[in-house]
Amino acid sequence: MKKEDLPQDPSALVGVTREVCYVKDASGKYVSDLSTGWDVKKQALDNAWDDIKERVEGASAKVKNGEVSPVFYFMELKLMDLTLLSGYTGFWKWTIKRHFKPSVFKNLSDKKLATYAKAFDITVKELKNFNG
Amino acid sequence: MDKLILPYNHIQTAHCENGVATGLLRHHGLEFMTEPLMFGLGSGIFYIHIPFLMVNGGPAISYRSMPGWIFSRASKLLGIKVNRKKFSSEKEAYDYLNQQIKLGNPVGCQVGVFNLPYFPAEYRFHFNAHNLVVYGKENGNYLVSDPVMETVTTLTEEDMLKVRFAKGPLAPKGHVYYPENVKPVSKEHLQKVIYKAIHRSAFDMLNIPGPICGVDGIKYTAKQIRKWREKLGPRKAGLYLGQIVRMQEEIGTGGGGFRFLYAAFLEQASEITGNTKLLKLSDEFTKAGDLWRASAVNMGRIYKGRLNEQKDFLESANMLDEIAEIERAAFKELRKIKI
Repeated sequence: MKKEDLPQDPSALVGVTREVCYVKDASGKYVSDLSTGWDVKKQALDNAWDDIKERVEGASAKVKNGEVSPVFYFMELKLMDLTLLSGYTGFWKWTIKRHFKPSVFKNLSDKKLATYAKAFDITVKELKNFNG
Repeated sequence: MDKLILPYNHIQTAHCENGVATGLLRHHGLEFMTEPLMFGLGSGIFYIHIPFLMVNGGPAISYRSMPGWIFSRASKLLGIKVNRKKFSSEKEAYDYLNQQIKLGNPVGCQVGVFNLPYFPAEYRFHFNAHNLVVYGKENGNYLVSDPVMETVTTLTEEDMLKVRFAKGPLAPKGHVYYPENVKPVSKEHLQKVIYKAIHRSAFDMLNIPGPICGVDGIKYTAKQIRKWREKLGPRKAGLYLGQIVRMQEEIGTGGGGFRFLYAAFLEQASEITGNTKLLKLSDEFTKAGDLWRASAVNMGRIYKGRLNEQKDFLESANMLDEIAEIERAAFKELRKIKI
């Protein structure tokens, strides 16, 4: 890529940093240069976030309908999956899956709720009271 | 410890691990070190498509070798020991980092980016192999040189513990590292290890058995892309392509899936060794990088929804096949180069 072809499109990086890219200068030698972003990859990132938003909204609706517990919703909201949530809480994956059931969630001890709240970086009250 | 600022020069690089490694080696006296040289000596260039594993709901693809390997491989060639420490206790990890600062030793830290406050929100995924240098403490905050940032930054003690103890795949476990025993490197030695590192990369890209690594891995991805639209539906298949483009072009790659960075390395390697063949092969990687960019543009048209026919997926796949052959030919030439 030539230096003059380095894209300078607006992206989420604007105002935070610019990224280093390696490009060829006029004499054909490699130099590093700074870019504010590239539309092609910005679109890929935006699409990924749209997909996440959709998943979170889906989870919220499921909580509302009483299909899943808030644990599932906050897992989606915090971009986690079972592996990550298991890492943060120390619970087994199958235990977490059980806690997705509203009937099981209802009877969780305060200690377990506090563990989830810490993993999600929210209060126990927020966790308990979330209803979609 | 109210105020302790170690004399560390912040450098901004494309990739965080290169940046930390380059910065620390310069700090220890190896002034000639550059990001491309570090990347090349660490045999950082690679390709792998791990089947069945999903990353953020998309295919698991990487254009570089395993996190940590670049610094380890380059150090080994230069006769440097990298002292690494991981912790099971947060308290011990906290004490150790403070102690290193007190000893006047700037250190590299592996961190997760999900809780990294100075990162843009859109980039804060659960990615745990980010690297930064801690070069002091002021008013209870750590002074941080993060190589992807234009300027230095800070982290509170609480945030630092959070990011050092991020959980999940590649969990850092408080990982702190720094080079030891750094001695001057003679030109002859540097020339010799440059060839060694190049041969290592050629081996990684050409000779690892199985279909998922190196140039075969690129062809494996091409093969998958041909099936995606039918198997997953146009929308999901588009998201998968987006994931490829992000792994390839996002901040940290230097553009073109690290291929421009490798081309820059070969250019520098040619200067250091006087071997003009390396300069010629540098052009091949520029060509590969340009094609990777063109393939990203093509994939972008699909996930932006302008085109989304099977033939567009086939075109993307064909481009990857073409790239694989260019890289195969280039690495075969590199493999042949003798000291």
